[in-house]
Amino acid sequence: MIEVRNLSRYYGDFAAISNISFSIQQHEVIGFLGLNGAGKSTTLKILAGLLSPSDGEVFIDGINWIDNPNAFRSNIGFLPEEPPLYKEMTVREFLRYLAKLRKYPHKDIEQRIETVLILCQLADRGDQIVEELSLGYRKRVGIAQAIVHKPSLVVLDEPTSGLDPQQMVELRQVIRGLSTEATVLLSSHNLTEVAETCDRLLILHEGKLIAEGDRDSLSKRMDTSKQRIDILLSKKEGIKDDIHALTGIEHISFEEQDEHLLLHLTITCTTPELVSQMVQSGFEIHQVMPTQSELEQIFLSLTGGKQ
Amino acid sequence: MNTIFLIARKEARSYLNTSWGISIFAIILLLDGLLFNAFALGSSPRYSADVLEDFFYFSSGTTMIAGILLTMRLIAEERQQGTDALLLTAPIQESHIVIGKFLGALSFLLLITFTTLYMPLLIQINGKVSWGQIFAGYLGLACLGSATVAIGTFGSTIAKNQLSAAITSAGILVLFLLGWLLGKVTAPPFDTIFSYLAFFDKHFQPFMSGKINSEAIVFYCSLTFTFLLLSVRVIQTRRQH
Repeated sequence: MIEVRNLSRYYGDFAAISNISFSIQQHEVIGFLGLNGAGKSTTLKILAGLLSPSDGEVFIDGINWIDNPNAFRSNIGFLPEEPPLYKEMTVREFLRYLAKLRKYPHKDIEQRIETVLILCQLADRGDQIVEELSLGYRKRVGIAQAIVHKPSLVVLDEPTSGLDPQQMVELRQVIRGLSTEATVLLSSHNLTEVAETCDRLLILHEGKLIAEGDRDSLSKRMDTSKQRIDILLSKKEGIKDDIHALTGIEHISFEEQDEHLLLHLTITCTTPELVSQMVQSGFEIHQVMPTQSELEQIFLSLTGGKQ
Repeated sequence: MNTIFLIARKEARSYLNTSWGISIFAIILLLDGLLFNAFALGSSPRYSADVLEDFFYFSSGTTMIAGILLTMRLIAEERQQGTDALLLTAPIQESHIVIGKFLGALSFLLLITFTTLYMPLLIQINGKVSWGQIFAGYLGLACLGSATVAIGTFGSTIAKNQLSAAITSAGILVLFLLGWLLGKVTAPPFDTIFSYLAFFDKHFQPFMSGKINSEAIVFYCSLTFTFLLLSVRVIQTRRQH
């Protein structure tokens, strides 16, 4: 179990993170969300043993970062955004070297490497030189190195960045598979990825943890009084005046198209209520489109809507 | 201890497995051979002991060059490519990282140095030199190499990339090499201090003529220890801040 208590990290007078507290249970997959500069990377680096906390405590399975940093590190696996790889080695040599470096029991190393290769879908690439692998496979080798010593917590920083859609789907399967043997904490800008991969979310904003919970509990906290939608209509005489006469619209902008008019709306009523009004007023509606996914709405609502 | 040897073995193997390591090996051997042929042997008859002394004189230069070139990538390259995260997140002491890297580079440098042994043996075939002079010369080269590699390790630790690592290390080395000159132009007590720090003039020259000077061995060992200790401190600071 991972326990973070009142964690702060300063760079001079600037607090990159301030008084963050959370706990993670075994085998959970946690998504770490935040805008650029929110303090995600700083928190991940502390959890990975790369940075020391300025204040507060971090425990993993009861081991305190400050009291015993090396025992702490032996329980962590870390994959930075750019996978750190010794490209001249084969995948097996690379994993063997890191297992030894991280003091995994010598007699079990070969067995462990085979298990990790299967878990990361690398079984047929074990003897290939790392430099010859595609980016997707390199990311998997990056994950393999993070788990080769069987850590309690695996920290993944933007694990799918730079991958094509097919590779993303495959890597998500690998990440879900990791939860069978470790707790996984991943940061991402890709909200879809987080929604599909994680059991629970931690949302950081300006160095503070502003929300945590699963998708449903965060939806309940969302400001549901407003939402943004786009509606495509057929043009007709006096259409703009008629639209302004509708109720429940807080903000509207128009985009002229050949025979259509696209409306960008912020509404204070529900979408069905607005559509019903428009149908009754004789508008010819072609398309109604929500502009953000549910998770994007949650995220923007909690972080004050800053893009 | 196992971690130190694990890192050292990986470093030494990476020199043998990359064109960088092999190129340095080849260039240093070529330079040593050319200098030996052109200057040490010469065209006029000479005493074998003088030829051997010249050989060690030139070899000290190529050893220092090789030391700087081999160490420039040690830690700076890891930092540049982000692989330092693998070492810094591993449950190992900073001193193990530094000593492991140092031993890896030093062992490869010594391999290059001892491969030149055929040249003193050629002198032995065509002339007469004492085994003591050969032993003392190579001991001197090993001590000089050790100190150079330690300086290079330090340069590579503080630099952000390999080029600045090489420049930093070479700069520090040149300062030590110029110790004899600084000793001449400064007033007491600095003249004594600079003269003592003269990397080549004061401490290496006795080895060339076959004299094993314990003071010089202590000097090179102290320098090695000091620069390795500084490197450990830099990595400790980086890991904690």
